[in-house]
Amino acid sequence: MAETDTLSAPLPIIDIKNVSKTFWLGEQKIEALSGANLQIRKGEFICLIGASGCGKSTLLRIMAGFEQPTSGEALMWGKPITEPGPSRGMVFQDYALFPWLTVRNNIAFGPKSQGRSTGEVKEICDRFIEMVGLQKFANAYPHQLSGGMRQRVAIARVLANDAELVLMDEPFGALDAMTRERLQDELLDIWERTKLTVVFVTHAIEEAIFLADRVVVMSPGPGRIDSDNHLTLPRPRDVASPEFNEIRRDLSGRLHSHHAKKAA
Amino acid sequence: MVDMTSSAPAAETAPPRKASLPYLGKAGDFALAMIVPGLLLLLWYVATTQRWTRLIPTPAETAEYMVDFAFGGIYDDAFSATLHIHLLASMSRVYGGFLLAAAVALPLGLLIGRIPLARKTLDPFFQLMRPIPVTAWLPLSMILFGLGAKSAFSLVFLGAFYPILLNTIFGVKNVDPKLFEAASMLGCRGNAQFFRVVLPAALPSIFTGLRLGLGLAWFVIVVGEMTGVPQGLGAVIMDGRTLSRTELVICGMIVIGIVGYLSDRIVMMIGNHLLRWSPTHHG
Ligand SMILES: Nc1ncnc2c1ncn2[C@@H]1O[C@H](COP(=O)(O)OP(=O)(O)OP(=O)(O)O)[C@@H](O)[C@H]1O
Ligand SMILES: [Mg+2]
Repeated sequence: MAETDTLSAPLPIIDIKNVSKTFWLGEQKIEALSGANLQIRKGEFICLIGASGCGKSTLLRIMAGFEQPTSGEALMWGKPITEPGPSRGMVFQDYALFPWLTVRNNIAFGPKSQGRSTGEVKEICDRFIEMVGLQKFANAYPHQLSGGMRQRVAIARVLANDAELVLMDEPFGALDAMTRERLQDELLDIWERTKLTVVFVTHAIEEAIFLADRVVVMSPGPGRIDSDNHLTLPRPRDVASPEFNEIRRDLSGRLHSHHAKKAA
Repeated sequence: MVDMTSSAPAAETAPPRKASLPYLGKAGDFALAMIVPGLLLLLWYVATTQRWTRLIPTPAETAEYMVDFAFGGIYDDAFSATLHIHLLASMSRVYGGFLLAAAVALPLGLLIGRIPLARKTLDPFFQLMRPIPVTAWLPLSMILFGLGAKSAFSLVFLGAFYPILLNTIFGVKNVDPKLFEAASMLGCRGNAQFFRVVLPAALPSIFTGLRLGLGLAWFVIVVGEMTGVPQGLGAVIMDGRTLSRTELVICGMIVIGIVGYLSDRIVMMIGNHLLRWSPTHHG
């Protein structure tokens, strides 16, 4: 079955096939994901939105290789994702930087793990420190940085590792509105320049519409993919435009219908 | 520590001063720290010169004994100019026992913290032994090692062992799981994580353990040296008591206090340097 698919269309970078994931909390069975299907093409910017607990993080962690599906398949370039690896970089909400390493050495962590030469590591670090604008802070430790700067380091860290796919789990959720907007712009800028593929989980509909090529809406109980919305609004997008607002109304309608169902 | 946080323009060169209580500078801090010791010294002075007690010598007499103890030339008795001998004896036991304890407790702690099999085998045993105070080992170590330096050494070892072991286990077990995920997605997996994640992440706890261990080593040495060793600060204090030379007892106590304090400061300075990345580690 997969054979014919791959012959007719170019291979997707990520192929989530009928993936389910159950967790056990003692005796209680939790269906975090149930029969999720999602194909992601190289270079796409995907946003995942949905109510709390609908399995967004779980899906992302399966793509990263931190979790294995209970049933179904998660494929990257047609091969099962069995463990975390440098080709898929995760940006966590709480940064997860190595507190004992400076900005430069956090960014160098990946390239060093890949066994690159000292010269190469230095060159890579310089490039990505500049890309995220942290030249002045190259030798600072994470606790000396603001939240926004820390998240820039976390982004630079996965980019420095040559990640093809960047998985971001509410990366800007802990930041103030102004910093978040700036980082959104920077992220789009980086994405456009590097032709990365991005999967971005967010709670904020507006953020999703501002960033994404496709907004994937998930619904809870059990977690599944509800709708897949291709956005064709030209960039840069104007959050005040009528088109933007129309999409927002549409998407928030979808989101809230689930809330209503769940509460009923 | 260099203040990297201020992205202020270059004109503001002086780092902002901590807005604490009225700032008096280093001299002020020192003066504050000296109030309590100063009062105690005064009390001691008044109590002895006013003859409230005849059991202890005056501060001036004690100072004189101290000079004699360190350099000789005043009383020229058996203890004159012997400070360095006793100090060296005690220090070699303290640091020897401490280093040996660290050499055993560190690898053991890393093992117990990281490997479930090691934890299941060894942890119950150590938990069972732990409530036994170090001093309770004294008679047994006297029987095993006789009256002497070995016995003191073994007590120091035991005293320093547990804080180092327990804090190492704690540090290794409490590494933020996110950091393992971060490392593995960056291509650092399996055993490579031990040196690049576990060890640095556990360093603050390990350091706390080493510091506590060294403090306890100084604590225990006195007890250890009261068991009939000829040299050592504990022996001096004990001899002082048997010979009713209270000034000797006090001199021994002061020397231990000062050396223990300096020793702790040195460890702190090393720690502050190694852990300068840690926001919670304060000297
Ligand atoms: N390790 C785990 N053990 C047990 N249950 C888990 C685990 N991880 C997730 N779950 C459960 O799976 C469900 C989905 O969780 P998930 O974190 O994917 O939701 P989410 O959509 O990311 O929510 P949020 O928006 O609040 O972050 C939740 O009910 C959660 O309790
Ligand atoms: Mg989540």
